[in-house]
Amino acid sequence: MAKFEISRRKFLTSASLGVSGIMLSGCDAFDSGLGVGDGLRSFLEGANGLTYRAQRWLAGRDALAQEFTEADIRQPQRPNGVTAPDDDTYKGLLANNFADWRLEVSGLVEKPLSLTREQLQNMPSRTQITRHDCVEGWSCIAKWTGTPLSLVLDQAVVKPQARYVMFHCLDTIDRSLAGDIKYYGTIDLIDARHPQTILAYGLNGKPLPVENGAPLRVRVERQLGYKMPKYLYRIELVDSFAAIGGGRGGYWEDNGYDWYAGI
Amino acid sequence: METVARSQPTAGADAAPKDATLIYRQSRWTRLTHWLWAISLFFMLLSGLQIFNARPQLYIGKESGFDYNNTVFAIGAENTATGTRGYTEIFGKRFDTTGVLGWSGPAGQETARGFPSWATIPSYYDLGTARVVHFFFAWILSTTLVVWLVASVINGHLRRDLAPRIDDLKRLPRDIVNHAKLKFHHTREYNTLQKTAYGGVLFVLLPLMIITGLAMSPSMNSVLPFLNDLLGGRQTARTIHFVVMVLLVGFFIIHMLMILAAGPINELRSIITGWYRTDPPAHSDNTPERSA
Repeated sequence: MAKFEISRRKFLTSASLGVSGIMLSGCDAFDSGLGVGDGLRSFLEGANGLTYRAQRWLAGRDALAQEFTEADIRQPQRPNGVTAPDDDTYKGLLANNFADWRLEVSGLVEKPLSLTREQLQNMPSRTQITRHDCVEGWSCIAKWTGTPLSLVLDQAVVKPQARYVMFHCLDTIDRSLAGDIKYYGTIDLIDARHPQTILAYGLNGKPLPVENGAPLRVRVERQLGYKMPKYLYRIELVDSFAAIGGGRGGYWEDNGYDWYAGI
Repeated sequence: METVARSQPTAGADAAPKDATLIYRQSRWTRLTHWLWAISLFFMLLSGLQIFNARPQLYIGKESGFDYNNTVFAIGAENTATGTRGYTEIFGKRFDTTGVLGWSGPAGQETARGFPSWATIPSYYDLGTARVVHFFFAWILSTTLVVWLVASVINGHLRRDLAPRIDDLKRLPRDIVNHAKLKFHHTREYNTLQKTAYGGVLFVLLPLMIITGLAMSPSMNSVLPFLNDLLGGRQTARTIHFVVMVLLVGFFIIHMLMILAAGPINELRSIITGWYRTDPPAHSDNTPERSA
């Protein structure tokens, strides 16, 4: 019945050995299996589907993101990602103050549209002061003005088989062997028809600046910033995004980020 | 060997009940949930530090100050006359943390990163993957907490082992002295400091971790808009999330030290098999550990 006794020195020695052992094991032992497409990673990604269903169940279709007051706007909206597109098409449109720019609405719709800025701005608008949450961890509060996406979708008359709204952008976010990759992304029709989902052309009471996505960007207030593409020129209704890019539903998604970014 | 063991039945299972000091202390629910937490917290910590590295600053308030300063904690790197140095800034006070925080890596290949490579999953910078790992284990951790709570109410673990009693307060000074002397009594019951530590983790730190985690979710904000207001804003929630992480790491370190000091074999056996060797009944010259 020998009691396990331990001297203070022995105790401290083994404690420090234990801690350094844990530190060493942290290195790169857990890197394998985590690449996009790997079985282990795909299994872990299943949690994103669970989060999506749980949050959709809790929030429903129309629960509104928190809105703030003018007093909460304490700084300009912080731009992120591409802030000055170097694309010739974009620069040409910008030089003419977007007079030649059109928003195309195409894909699974009864009536494809081609809208000018004036036409969009003449539609009923919505202004909201919301908090932009970046996937990196920071937040910034700003006032956004734009056309509810649901109004545009109603005008184009979405076909019943459509499941996602895909955003095509003018800015090159990346270059690959196949050529320039322009930013793209998708959201489901629940978020597309959410009352706060707007095609924003105004920021803090002024026209949307270039660094924040002029002439038009989307606001999807219940998700993170990477779900809100800037420099829009085409909205396409699709039934699947499997054949687009890497098949994961967006530029960042193809680079390993979850498709659902409500968390 | 098999036959030899069978021919001597008295040496095995039959001997256990005669040994009064060996008791069944931890139920299978406690043991199972303990290890699920251990695994989840390990992966959540390392993926969480990777997520933090994407924005190695903490703020107080609804948003992050870019045109004004509401930063309370920052890790960064700066160029100095003696080369690049890593620093950590807490409430504006700067500390040189080169090699660990801000600027780290193999000699000659150091990079600017918040937490070092050995403390993050993946070891290289990859926010997307860290989020996948983090949220997978967030589900495991939260589910385990609910399962544990239900099981512990049903099997009496909560009432019998964790619920605070008047007696706990009376024995607190003695418990503190005993811990400071690394003198441990092995009994069925948890001592007051154990109750405080385990109860604090299970009923304060882990729930707070989950609440502040949910508060950072923009979708959950639409369901529980009051949550962030209650916590002082989304960026404050993120800061609390980080502070609770530090407290949980602190708990882990003390937990490990206490196990080593109290007898790692016996402690490990109890959390793996449930069986725990208690001290022999107290002699008359010893203070009884517990009257109850």
